Amino acid sequence: MAPAACGALLGLALCTGSLCMVSGAALLYHDYCVVGAGPSGLQAAYFLQRAGRDYVVFERSHAPGSFFALYPRHRKLISINKRYTGKSNSEFNLRHDWNSLLSHDRWLLFRRYSRDFYPNADEMVRYLEDFASRLKLRVQYNTAVIHVTLERDEQAWNGHYFILTDQDRQNYKCSCLLVATGMWVPNVVNFPGSEYVEGYETVSTNPEDFAGQTVLILGRGNSAFETAENILGVTNFIHMVSRSRVRLSWATHYVGDLRAINNGLLDTYQLKSLDGLLEGDLEDLAIIKDKKGKLHITLRFYLENRNISAGIDSITLPQDELDNFAPRAPYDRVIRCLGWKFDFSIYNRSLKMMPGKGDKKKYPQIKPNYESTSTRGLFVLGTASHSIDFRKSAGGFIHGFRYTTRAVHRLLEKRHHGVPWPSTVYPVTQLTNSIIKRVNEASGLYQMFGVLADIILLRENATAFEYLEEYPVGILAELETQTGRKARSGLFVVIMEYGKNFSGADKDVFYYNRAVGEAQHAWQSNFLHPVIYYYKHLPTEHQMKLRPPDWPLPRPDAIHHIVEDFLTDWTAPNAHILPLRRFLENCLSTDLRNFFAESCFLFAFTRQKLPPFCRQGYLRMQGLEGSEGLRRHAVEAGLLQDYSITDFLGDRPPDSHTGSQDQLLRDHVISVRPLQHLVNAKDEL
Amino acid sequence: MVFAYVPATGTAEHRAVMEAAFVYGTVHQFVLTTEATLLKDTSSDEPDVSSAWLLFCHCQRATDLVQPCRRTAMEQALTMLNIHRHLKLMGAPLVTEVAEDPEKVSTVHLQLGLPLVFILSQKETYEADRRTAEFVAWQLLGKAGVALLSRDLVGLNVLRRSNIALKTPDEEVPIKYLLLEDTDEVITLVEDKNKVKQIQEDEEEEEDEDEKENNNQDIQDDEVVEAVSRDKKRELPLEQICVLTEETFHSALLETAWTVVLFYASWEAVSLAVLRSYAEVANHLEGTQGVLLSRVNCWDWPGICTEENVTQFPTVKIYKKGERSVMYSGMWGTKELTSFIMLSRVSCPLKLATIDEAEGYLRGEFPSELSSYHHTSLLGVFSTATSEARETFEEAGNILSGHVTMGMYFEDDALALSRKYAVSPPALLLARSGGQSVESITLSKQSTRDMVQMIRYELLDIFPEITVQNLPYYLQLRKPFLILFSDGDIGQMESKEMLKLAKGRPQQAFVACWLNLKKTPVGRGILKAYFATMPSLPVLIWVNLHAGGQVFKFPPEQSITEMNILSWLEKLKSGLEIPSSTLSEEDWKPPLPAYDFLQMMEVAMPELPLHTSHHHGDTPEQHPPESPGGDTATRDEPSRETKAEKMGSPGRDLRGTAPRLAAREKQGKRHSEL
Repeated sequence: MAPAACGALLGLALCTGSLCMVSGAALLYHDYCVVGAGPSGLQAAYFLQRAGRDYVVFERSHAPGSFFALYPRHRKLISINKRYTGKSNSEFNLRHDWNSLLSHDRWLLFRRYSRDFYPNADEMVRYLEDFASRLKLRVQYNTAVIHVTLERDEQAWNGHYFILTDQDRQNYKCSCLLVATGMWVPNVVNFPGSEYVEGYETVSTNPEDFAGQTVLILGRGNSAFETAENILGVTNFIHMVSRSRVRLSWATHYVGDLRAINNGLLDTYQLKSLDGLLEGDLEDLAIIKDKKGKLHITLRFYLENRNISAGIDSITLPQDELDNFAPRAPYDRVIRCLGWKFDFSIYNRSLKMMPGKGDKKKYPQIKPNYESTSTRGLFVLGTASHSIDFRKSAGGFIHGFRYTTRAVHRLLEKRHHGVPWPSTVYPVTQLTNSIIKRVNEASGLYQMFGVLADIILLRENATAFEYLEEYPVGILAELETQTGRKARSGLFVVIMEYGKNFSGADKDVFYYNRAVGEAQHAWQSNFLHPVIYYYKHLPTEHQMKLRPPDWPLPRPDAIHHIVEDFLTDWTAPNAHILPLRRFLENCLSTDLRNFFAESCFLFAFTRQKLPPFCRQGYLRMQGLEGSEGLRRHAVEAGLLQDYSITDFLGDRPPDSHTGSQDQLLRDHVISVRPLQHLVNAKDEL
Repeated sequence: MVFAYVPATGTAEHRAVMEAAFVYGTVHQFVLTTEATLLKDTSSDEPDVSSAWLLFCHCQRATDLVQPCRRTAMEQALTMLNIHRHLKLMGAPLVTEVAEDPEKVSTVHLQLGLPLVFILSQKETYEADRRTAEFVAWQLLGKAGVALLSRDLVGLNVLRRSNIALKTPDEEVPIKYLLLEDTDEVITLVEDKNKVKQIQEDEEEEEDEDEKENNNQDIQDDEVVEAVSRDKKRELPLEQICVLTEETFHSALLETAWTVVLFYASWEAVSLAVLRSYAEVANHLEGTQGVLLSRVNCWDWPGICTEENVTQFPTVKIYKKGERSVMYSGMWGTKELTSFIMLSRVSCPLKLATIDEAEGYLRGEFPSELSSYHHTSLLGVFSTATSEARETFEEAGNILSGHVTMGMYFEDDALALSRKYAVSPPALLLARSGGQSVESITLSKQSTRDMVQMIRYELLDIFPEITVQNLPYYLQLRKPFLILFSDGDIGQMESKEMLKLAKGRPQQAFVACWLNLKKTPVGRGILKAYFATMPSLPVLIWVNLHAGGQVFKFPPEQSITEMNILSWLEKLKSGLEIPSSTLSEEDWKPPLPAYDFLQMMEVAMPELPLHTSHHHGDTPEQHPPESPGGDTATRDEPSRETKAEKMGSPGRDLRGTAPRLAAREKQGKRHSEL
């Protein structure tokens, strides 16, 4: 309790100067309150701490990550912990590390905590504890926020303060509320007989308890299959019933769908081993217990206007009318595995925390900047913010929301502290390079494909540009106000995408010739690949609204796809970099080639203008001399002329770089063509 | 009679023949066979039994039944269109007689896209010409038409001078009138033309298939990237360059007095080009005490590069143990980089303790580690009272560190030194390579920036030999160039005169310099750009690089003397001379277009509102069609397929088709397989 009290006192000390007199009662004030010390709460705390902000994290349990202390019940996390990638690039390696949070501390990488590819949930709890303690994050444990309300005040950042009340009726006052409570309220379906149903939260995890039993599982998510997997070997058979069809994550490219590691039941179903899947609406269901304690499935329809207490014999069962009714065999147990929803109960009505629509009703409604649609200053982080990219990207999972949390933090830094979105300015000669560097190593772009994008703001005359990383594309139209950076002369948006029609529950993702190998067909790439949008002007809000369905962005002035790559390594000079350079050149109407100093020397004497590479390099005494061998290669390629050969007939145009391309063409046609079939080999391997 | 051979029934060729027979059955007799042996009788050389074959037998025209009918084989692929065309051509009169302006003549051949050969005739030779025409016509049957034109009836002058005219179906191309001696020439003329056209067509077809490949977008046109990729198989001698990682970086900096670090990215061409030069530097510096050459691959260790503020590839930094680092900002060349590393080892400015040291320094003998490097030595001489100027000098030294050797002397006997060189402190002594002459400059009160600028300016030569390496320094002066191109060293006389010219006016409005074509062969490229042919050397040129870009050539008949040049320059100024050429003002535009994916997407997915080519500001009229559940796949697919069919390009639609390359091969092989 000592550290918590200490934190509270600190908070009190900080607020005495300005705000505590607003209310007479003992209010503990912080600029930022984070509710929940799970992965996203701790991640937010980390960024707030690094920025030196006044914040506190409230955690109802005595330790961080209380959800992971209980769930998943069978303890196996399905987020991969890939310890080896063959690369040392720490940013790249995060692409294959789905458990670590972001920090500067190299010790806090999950691969140091577990050797398992699918780690045990206990290790996650240990990791989160270490994360909070090593980084000295200000977490107030054993504090359950039970009520949140608003206090109007024009002086406040957002026109109101958030008043949080904990289980001991202690109030806390905050300017900005970061909700990182996750999704922990079990989804429950009520139907006649639902009292016989056991919940995933409490069901036994000991397979022995299921020996020789017949089990019905309600639900079709990873928790349902995880439960089935555990008892598959000892039950008579397992049936699984759900409204929706099974969605395999390798077909949908959505990590929240059924993962291959849990799909043993699909095997036994399709290989005629008595287990099976049924589709049906749980709302229509009814369960009746017979005298022997067996559970019978019937339909709510049969029970209406009937006295259930009259006993099982008087109730019509479907098989009475339809004698091959599929789930006619009685079950020993029925288990509910229907997932979780957001806890809406703690918010005062004035906050208008509304559930989303349709399949997003388990999530609170938020805007693309992760702020509540109705309460300014309330941001939803972590799993609960997944409505932005539900069933699309990774925003509901650690490896995704660690980046969206950072994005929210950057937005807040701008909004409340005038710190513009971090950016780097480069000369235009580095344009191709900076894109290639990012698409090859950036983890945020890769995990949060279609959601976070790098933005390149062009400076006047396209001689320089400003690079902003991992901005939420949903608020592209508001870029200038949200980041404090100006988009005066056009912009590029670098994002990653799967092929438009490639992913989906009914798609055959293994069809022959699914991979595109040639750069000129790159727009048909199916696997995750970088896409670059070019806009002469920042798209307006209106244009954002009218964007085509499933498009992250509105129509650009030009678009470039970097062809999908088997190794996700987009550094090939001819297949990846060259077409990108051509695209950038044509958008900017300039020549972005590199030149040896000798070429620049020639241009300096024979042209009034020089290409950017010579202007920004050679003319500033940083010409690229190139070794003898390299220049010889360039001469052989016909791209550089060797003037030391005395034989000059004057038949070549003076600027040899264009004139000698024919020769290069000839060289190339021979060497490149026969290799092209290898490019397509991805399918066949 | 039409005789056709197809390798198998049920093929496209078979179908084409059957359709032709259906249409032309009343005019011609059709014979169809799949028997390969029959082919052998129809042609002398070994026939290709794998491909279809069609012969037109001119039996109608045969007069003697004993003789076999003349036959004309169709050379194009057996398609309905080609057969139709062939039959049309066979049916056309062998030789058309015309009596009008050839420009106005039109025959079946021209309409079918074949050339028409006119044999120019006259009354006297009509019979012979007619025979010639028929002979030629048989040779060209199916390839070109032949017409007999009587010169007497058409009063065109041009006809008198030639005997053959060739009209192509292309309306734009004028008729060619030729004087040929042999009928073979006529035939080759037509056939070559066809061949060229055929090749063009083939190419076009290929281009159609590969779509935009015709402009070589996929061919590397970056000389650096291409050179590096051609060199990638060669293993670089990098043994002497220490590879640093995130773990070893900081400890390595503490081990050696000077650590040079090349930050690069292993995928980036310019980095790799510099890495090659760096390897040469390592070779040069092998065994140099206290210098560690190392490299960090930012693709492997991005953290360290960010930490060291490396935003561009490549970057070279030199770290002095326990002190700040200096970023290299010179040429990416072996010599320059080596010299930078060597110069960086000596503090800049170097504090000299005795007069002897100062003198040795000016002679280039002190400090000894620099004695092998030819350089200009700068010595600041300060009296004890002039500490302000000394501080500025020291700051300038920090900035110029590694690029310039700077020394300073401020001992009590500084006055003795200044007296020797007739300056009063604070002053700057400047000894150009080897200290043969020492110039002196009095230092006035100025900012560090100005002093750096001044030092840089003072280091420039009065009449330099321009090289690839030093040009940027002189370009910065933003003055016109008076440049003497010489094949080898310049003559003494020219050298003397030019030097006189340059020295005579210290604040010259131009840069007088010379270029040794032996040492800087690219100078030939400059001359070739200025003049169509190589002028005789030496040649003196005035080029206004920064304004207007006019190039003037000093009259070669005049000798290069100060006087002559000056009077010539006067004439230039007054606009009496005509420039030999003017430098192109052209901007550097993209060398080639990019793939227009936006357009490709619009063609393939017209249902997307992407195709409404609204510009910024206006909005698409209609909302995108809402699809239930956001699943557009089922709706998209059929339209995509039909579109792909319409486009008729194999390999565009990816669903269910074989790989592109395989598909193409199959098409080529089809005849043999069936």
